[in-house]
Amino acid sequence: MTSPMTEAPLIEARKLTRILPETVPVTLVHDIDLAVGRNEFLAITGPSGSGKSSLLYLLGLLDRPTSGALLVNGQDTAAMDEADLAHTRLSMMGFVFQFHFLLPEFTARDNIAIPMRKLGRLSRRQIDQRAEELLGSLGLGDHIDKRPDQLSGGQRQRVAVARALANDPAILLADEPTGSLDSKSSEQVFDTLSALVHERGKTVAMVTHDLDMANRADRRVHLVDGRIVPLDGAG
Amino acid sequence: MLLFDIAITHIAGRTRQTLVAVLGVAVGVGFSIGMAALMQGSQDDFIRQLIDTMPHVQIKDERRTPTRQPAEDAFATAAIYGLRPTEDPRGIINPYAAIAWLNAWTPGTLSAGLRIQGVIRYAGNEVGAAIIGIEPDMERKVSSIVEDFTEGSFDSLTEGGNNIVMGRRMAERLGAKLGDTVRAVSSSGGTRDFRIMGLFHTGSSARDEGEGYVLLKNAQILSQRPNAVNDIRIRLADPHAAPAVARQAEARLGYRAVAWQEANEGLLEALVVRNAIMYTVVAAIMLVAGFGIFNIVSTITHEKARDIAIMKSLGFTQGDMQWLFVMEGLAIGLAGSALGWVLGFALTYILSGIEFNLSAGGREMTQLPVAWSLLHYTLAAGFALLSSAVAGYLPARRAARLHPVDVIRGAT
Repeated sequence: MTSPMTEAPLIEARKLTRILPETVPVTLVHDIDLAVGRNEFLAITGPSGSGKSSLLYLLGLLDRPTSGALLVNGQDTAAMDEADLAHTRLSMMGFVFQFHFLLPEFTARDNIAIPMRKLGRLSRRQIDQRAEELLGSLGLGDHIDKRPDQLSGGQRQRVAVARALANDPAILLADEPTGSLDSKSSEQVFDTLSALVHERGKTVAMVTHDLDMANRADRRVHLVDGRIVPLDGAG
Repeated sequence: MLLFDIAITHIAGRTRQTLVAVLGVAVGVGFSIGMAALMQGSQDDFIRQLIDTMPHVQIKDERRTPTRQPAEDAFATAAIYGLRPTEDPRGIINPYAAIAWLNAWTPGTLSAGLRIQGVIRYAGNEVGAAIIGIEPDMERKVSSIVEDFTEGSFDSLTEGGNNIVMGRRMAERLGAKLGDTVRAVSSSGGTRDFRIMGLFHTGSSARDEGEGYVLLKNAQILSQRPNAVNDIRIRLADPHAAPAVARQAEARLGYRAVAWQEANEGLLEALVVRNAIMYTVVAAIMLVAGFGIFNIVSTITHEKARDIAIMKSLGFTQGDMQWLFVMEGLAIGLAGSALGWVLGFALTYILSGIEFNLSAGGREMTQLPVAWSLLHYTLAAGFALLSSAVAGYLPARRAARLHPVDVIRGAT
């Protein structure tokens, strides 16, 4: 295992709390202090409804905290407007969800090209080239022009990983990425994420129910009722 | 370009729905163009007939406001009731100086005449008529009546003598034929016999039943008003300059000068109302087409909730999402407009070829008059695109507000 916290954290949560303003307010996460370092593979575990995904969405700027602070690359995100948050997600973060969420009308290549085209750093030719390279590196070189409905579940999820990596983000946020896959595909996806950290220097924060996988990550935090609890006895 | 590609992919993925929405817009645009062409064509034809058949500016020996009364000058306050204007037998004072002045600057041609009211009798029948004394050479430059003769000709007036040309319907009512001699009686009691040398048919019953043309000097003798002229008619190179010419002439000469637009104010106002009705109908058609677009974009946004969520998680903004679905509405509107233009052109072409006869002779309409105007195409497409944008905007706004977390949670 590496020692990931030798430099300033990539994402830092300070007393992060998210309460849904329902008739009876629901606390999703409460007073979370968490630093995610560079080149770290962090696993977030906990029982259903413990706030794992909510925490991931907060870390990924998809949701706003009710209180507390969230720093990305040392910058407080509280002052960011919707466009700033969107740009930060586009340029620094990649998301993989339990379901692939690929756009069904587009081919694998086009799905991967969309975030790159949105960011606009590369030419169209470079975008196509990078999409093909990413698919090739994930073992999907023969499926470039296939639409999601022509791919298996594991292949779709790997295309989703490729899409998350399209803009070369610093951090990949994965919400139960193997949750809907068989064990073989799950292993492939996990190995892909692990390789990103250990071979390409990326950071991965992964929510999972699978304790075996979680224990193979660099670090694991466990949530119960929206709070981080010590791992002793957590399984 | 990226959003455009996504928008096109979305709508292309729903061929049947898209086709129905595009056809809805196309039919709306096409029929709007066809209807506008017909309405504008009939309006243009109507105005063209007005311009062709009547003087563009007519100066009469009348004042627009009553002559100031001596009592008004003598007393500080004076109330005057029941004045009846007396007819000045002299007509327009010093008419030839007025004509020379008008000739010097008016961009067109003019004719002076004496218009009197009288009765024409023949074989025990009599018809009330406007007997118009003219100089034929001047008249032919301002009047299109020369082209409306069914028997005889306008030129017969130039031969001199006591000749008259009259409307064919008037001759029919009198029971007279070409070559017969009728008796004209003026309101002042003068009588004179005239030989019918021409019959015209303009298509306007008021003229065909009630006008007769004689030489100016004959009209002056008949009305016992030697050298009098009470009617100057001007035909302009640009008929739309008539109000300005009329204003200038009236300011200088003091007599009432009426432009053709003023003379037909009521009719022209009716045309404006007709146009307002037409554009309301066009807007209503487009509104209906807009519902079709609203339906398809609304369906897409509903079905694409997951895609919207994932695109927002990737880094697309609320504005991007809104623009995406507005663009989908606009794309349908554009495709529908393009198809509608073709349909509108074809419809207008077919309408322009329909022939029918209302009655023989004269200047009656024998084909549906249509106007070919780019403005109709632009307006129809403009209405369609506006309607499409609004139809796309409403569901787009709702879609853009979707919170990605809500959708992603719901999906997992």
